[in-house]
Amino acid sequence: MGIDLRGDAGVVALIHAVRVTTATIGGDAVRLRPPRNRVDPRAVRWWTAQELLSFVPIVLVLAVLAMLIPGARQWLWLSAGVITVLGLASTLILPRWRYRVHRWEVTDDAVYSRTGWLWQEWRIAPMSRIQTVDSARGPLQRSFGLASITVTTASAKGAIVIDGLDHELAADLVQQLTEVTQATPGDAT
Amino acid sequence: MTASVKSTQDTQWHPLDRRSLGVTAVLVGGALIGAGIPILIGMTRDDKPVGIVLAFGVPGVVLAVALAVLGDYLRWKKFSYRITGDRVESRTGILHRKHLSVHRDRIRSVDVTANPIYRAFGVAKVKIGTGQHGESDDGQVTLDPISRERADELRATLLDRTPTTATPTAVPTSDDAIATLDWKWIRYAPLSVWPVLLGAAAIGVVFKVADWFGAQDTVLHRAWEFIRDLPLWQAILLLVVVVLGVGLICTLGLYVEMWSNYRLEREPGPTLRLQRGFLTKRSVSLEERRLRGIEVVEPLGARFVGAARLEAVATGLAKKAEDEKVASRMLLPEAPLEVAHAVAADVLREQVAPTETVRLIAHPAAARGRRLRWALAGVAAVVVVLVVLGLTVTPVLLHIAWISAIVLTPPAVLAARDAYRNLGHGLSGDYAVTRHGVLARRTVALRRNGIIGWTVRQTPFQRRAGLITLAATTAAVKGAYEFLDMDAHEGVAFADDALPDVLSQFLEPVD
Repeated sequence: MGIDLRGDAGVVALIHAVRVTTATIGGDAVRLRPPRNRVDPRAVRWWTAQELLSFVPIVLVLAVLAMLIPGARQWLWLSAGVITVLGLASTLILPRWRYRVHRWEVTDDAVYSRTGWLWQEWRIAPMSRIQTVDSARGPLQRSFGLASITVTTASAKGAIVIDGLDHELAADLVQQLTEVTQATPGDAT
Repeated sequence: MTASVKSTQDTQWHPLDRRSLGVTAVLVGGALIGAGIPILIGMTRDDKPVGIVLAFGVPGVVLAVALAVLGDYLRWKKFSYRITGDRVESRTGILHRKHLSVHRDRIRSVDVTANPIYRAFGVAKVKIGTGQHGESDDGQVTLDPISRERADELRATLLDRTPTTATPTAVPTSDDAIATLDWKWIRYAPLSVWPVLLGAAAIGVVFKVADWFGAQDTVLHRAWEFIRDLPLWQAILLLVVVVLGVGLICTLGLYVEMWSNYRLEREPGPTLRLQRGFLTKRSVSLEERRLRGIEVVEPLGARFVGAARLEAVATGLAKKAEDEKVASRMLLPEAPLEVAHAVAADVLREQVAPTETVRLIAHPAAARGRRLRWALAGVAAVVVVLVVLGLTVTPVLLHIAWISAIVLTPPAVLAARDAYRNLGHGLSGDYAVTRHGVLARRTVALRRNGIIGWTVRQTPFQRRAGLITLAATTAAVKGAYEFLDMDAHEGVAFADDALPDVLSQFLEPVD
């Protein structure tokens, strides 16, 4: 179907095969290594609190309704039970899983992060392209002594967010990155 | 040249063009009269005397127009702008004063639009865009309206970075146009979904108008009477022919309105200027420095006949062109592929277009497997819904279920295979090229120095299949351009090749 402007699909596949083979045989097959630093271990507790906050209020509301509305009682208890089980499971699993995945690194010329759990994402922003660096601390993060930093480039989609850093480390990073990026000429587009 | 530069460097505050009031009066009056006629007809049908209806209606329209003009007068009175040596500023707001100031170095695009009413009054609307990331309306200065001449002058001078002391650049003559419209290209217009959509819409409008005149039932009745006596296949054929015929006429009309007077040229700056439009004339000027690459877009229909359109990959172009159906980043309407490539090369100032010379590398077979599974899952979802409904509601749906399984599977598989075949990436000179898409196959050539970061994503399924989706982030409007389902190792090596010294420090050999 369609017209293939690349010409013979077989040739293209061959080019691909050759390229992949040379990459492997030449010993230069590479992959992204994980960024060097883990986030602060307290992030696990912070994420746990977040998970709890995301389902406990709903369960409470359902429980109250179950006590007030006799007609729908068993359905309300049932849904409260299901949400509790799912919520507890994600509270136990997700924060630890995230902690194993979330990593970050700042070198002389780039900021590098890995986030996610099942779906993972690696982001790299060259230092020369960084436009702004902010740190943010929500009330919940603050109570765990944590902060997030956001590194934005001129791209609407290139922002790197590193969550769960020790708040003093975050402040230092912001300071350091701001100094480097201000020294860079141009508008980083 | 010297005179115009001088006149844009004064420090005086200017008002908008006074003819704005006339535009408002015609616009509001026209809209009210247009809306009023059906109401009038409706009321007279209910045996209300025409005189009384008019006695209330006419003063109402006059009052509304007067209020609108008064409102526009206040806006006009409170709006002023000035263009100094290094800034464009506007002051506006009746209660809440707002002062906007844009550095001239930051100006990336100047759009001039004039619809027929504006043109009758000799004015135009000018938008001066800064192309800053996260740009809301606040980031751009809109002069609505100023005189046609003033608009042309601003367009020519605001993006001109030539030092004022230098000798003026030669004014481009007609030979300098990068592209002008070839009316033969109109043949590509119907090869899209537009005839169907516009045809259906036009039929809807007919019924709506008939409704105003209270004749909807009559029209339906007549149509039914006519169709009833025909055999079923003839009736269906007739309906299809009528809808497509009307749709075709509307599509061609729309094409004429959008692409008449199309002209893409270079102006001093250097700036790319695109002009087009039959009734509503538009001019989009884009600073060439903002160009990050080019996109060759082949909608399915056009692809079959070897045609493609071009879109600019640039910063500072409207994300959603508010009053346009077509994004303002369109540089060339569907044209023969060799024309598209030639224009692309010219726009990028290259000998040959990277989209043409690039040797695209196919993606791993696992990417085809993913696409086939998506396609079959889509068919399965339809069939399952039909089976469930068939078991619970009516058994007829069970037959529709197996029929749709048979009918839908081949095109789904073909589309999946096509989607896989269309995947590709490669480097060509200063450009990184990616291609994907079925309904619209997009080949994007991205200037390598316009890439300002990388994002690598991997779903659990991709991890098992050894695939990644790579995205090059840019300051251009779309933010990121994706390389779908690449081989995980080859993908990061490619990113490292495309933009040296960024990724290499984060790479490790595979053991």
